[in-house]
Amino acid sequence: MHIVVCIKQVPDAKNVRIDPETNTLVRQGVDSIVNPHDWYAVEAALLLRDEYGGKVTVMTMGPPQAEEALRETLALGVDEAVLLSDRAFAGADTWATSLTLARAIAKLEPVDLVICGKQAIDGDTAQVGPGLAAHLDQPYTTYGRKLELVDGSQLRVERLTDFGYEVVQMELPAVVTVVREIGDPRMPGLKHKMRAKKLEIPTWGAADLDLNAKEVGLQGSFTQVVKVFSPPPRSDREMINGEVEEQAEKLIQLLKEAKVSGL
Amino acid sequence: MEYFLTEEQQMIQEIAAKIATEKVRPVRAELDESEEFPWEIMEILAQSDLFGVYLPEEYGGLGGGVLENCLAIEEMGRACIAVATTFAASGLGAYPILLFGSEEQKQKYLPPIASGKKLAAFGVTEASAGSDAGGIQTTAKRDGDHYVLNGTKQWITNAGEAEIYTVVAMTDRTKGARGASAFIVERGDSGFSFGKKEKKMGLRASATRELLFNDCRIPADRLISREGTGFIVTMKTFDVSRPGIGALAVGLCQGALDISVEYARKRVQFGKPIITFQAVQHMLADMATETEASRALVYAAARYIDSGAKDISKISAISKLYPTDVAMRVTTNAVQVLGGYGYMRDYPVEKMMRDAKILQIYEGTNQIQRNIIGQELNKEYGRIKETFF
Repeated sequence: MHIVVCIKQVPDAKNVRIDPETNTLVRQGVDSIVNPHDWYAVEAALLLRDEYGGKVTVMTMGPPQAEEALRETLALGVDEAVLLSDRAFAGADTWATSLTLARAIAKLEPVDLVICGKQAIDGDTAQVGPGLAAHLDQPYTTYGRKLELVDGSQLRVERLTDFGYEVVQMELPAVVTVVREIGDPRMPGLKHKMRAKKLEIPTWGAADLDLNAKEVGLQGSFTQVVKVFSPPPRSDREMINGEVEEQAEKLIQLLKEAKVSGL
Repeated sequence: MEYFLTEEQQMIQEIAAKIATEKVRPVRAELDESEEFPWEIMEILAQSDLFGVYLPEEYGGLGGGVLENCLAIEEMGRACIAVATTFAASGLGAYPILLFGSEEQKQKYLPPIASGKKLAAFGVTEASAGSDAGGIQTTAKRDGDHYVLNGTKQWITNAGEAEIYTVVAMTDRTKGARGASAFIVERGDSGFSFGKKEKKMGLRASATRELLFNDCRIPADRLISREGTGFIVTMKTFDVSRPGIGALAVGLCQGALDISVEYARKRVQFGKPIITFQAVQHMLADMATETEASRALVYAAARYIDSGAKDISKISAISKLYPTDVAMRVTTNAVQVLGGYGYMRDYPVEKMMRDAKILQIYEGTNQIQRNIIGQELNKEYGRIKETFF
């Protein structure tokens, strides 16, 4: 079984702040980390490989230094890595990103399963996983908390919902995004880490993927970030104190005064 | 500080530190309270290849030496020396086989120790034989192709949990220390069982039990080296294992210092953080100084041993003695810096202080270390013909 895990290098959220003047992210002096949700995707892939055999390839699209993120996952026992890096990729939205990743996955054929984290902590869109499935024309499911191979050709996924979990089964090849409930990512191993340090990681650009400049990066993006800002603090709030009964009475009175319909 | 570690040594530090911070620190108080054996953590350490850092590659290890072992132990000790002792004690059980075992014994026993699939333990101490190894009462009698062991070992770290035990028993009691021999005993050997788990002041997550030998029959090829070499095997084992106790002390000191400085910067009295008071600053300065001196000593001793030097008994004893005495002082002062909070079980330093005490006792009390250092000095200067006056 060949599993590809797509990861993203993101700014360490612990240190991120927004410049109040410009409303943009202050990236200076902020460390880059592997998107925390992606560690669960790596763990999910390694669990499947440990159980059913095969290999795991990790992939990311980003600047050359994103190679560090790939090496970090190799230290956990991931078999291979591919870096997608090209100046033309810069400014990609989720469409252009998932198209680029999908082309690279197609180049790695045969691939049985693609696993992503549920979302990235910087953009928080959760769109790249499903986008990949669309570009690959494969079935997908999201928020997997347990993955299991059935008859060697189907993936059974326990899918976390707000009210419990659903069990879905889909034909491979497929795409799945996973959540924390998959299990804690394992610790790095010394032998894996030593191998990770030395392993040669191929870098693929747009030309390697038969993509032209109009299909990738900012040019290939349908959406643009117009503005990034901190939501303004909410004003005119009133705290209601007292016993629960008093609070309820006061609340109803206030809602009536505000002429909320139905009261 | 820069100790010019190799890339591989830094990786050992990084991995051990990550496990210590993420997997050990959050559970150390709970493990201390429950006295539960840290199997889950041992499995993580095994998966991360740390059990083999000091073992040769041909036996599944990473080909490092005493320094590599010390680096792993130190980082773990920074979070919890009960967990780190459990790890280090497996190495203590492996060293007699590594240093004196036959090729067959090494092939059979070292790979599962290197991979962490099996833990090892070392058994010398008895009720009436601690500092005086000559007082060992456990006997091993040759019987055809077997030896038959009888007696009781006391306070054996990892007992009951380990699979592989190296134990010292008397094959000829008339010869005193020269009548001692070392053997490999496996869990499950007939006539081999364990006593109750001891209740200890500190180091409570570490398992300490008796080894009970009741007509325990083991094949004769379990003898390590030759009959009569048990005492030498023991001393040479301690020569290479003692820097590891120093490393436990250094890790413990660093862990206590980390908490003390962080606390002193936050704790406000008389309108100022207490770290701005010279009385507190000087305590922290002494703690930091003695900790760094201990680390430099342990690394230097470990490197000297790894260089293949033969005269290692003195430096090995020094590298155990000084850091462990320092650890008692540093952890006591960490409790002092935290004041009333430090004395409470809700804060980690009281455990550190309880744990520290064992470092001055096990693997040879610090009084015995001073004996070794003193005797070595006497020998060393006896060989020197010149005068220094």
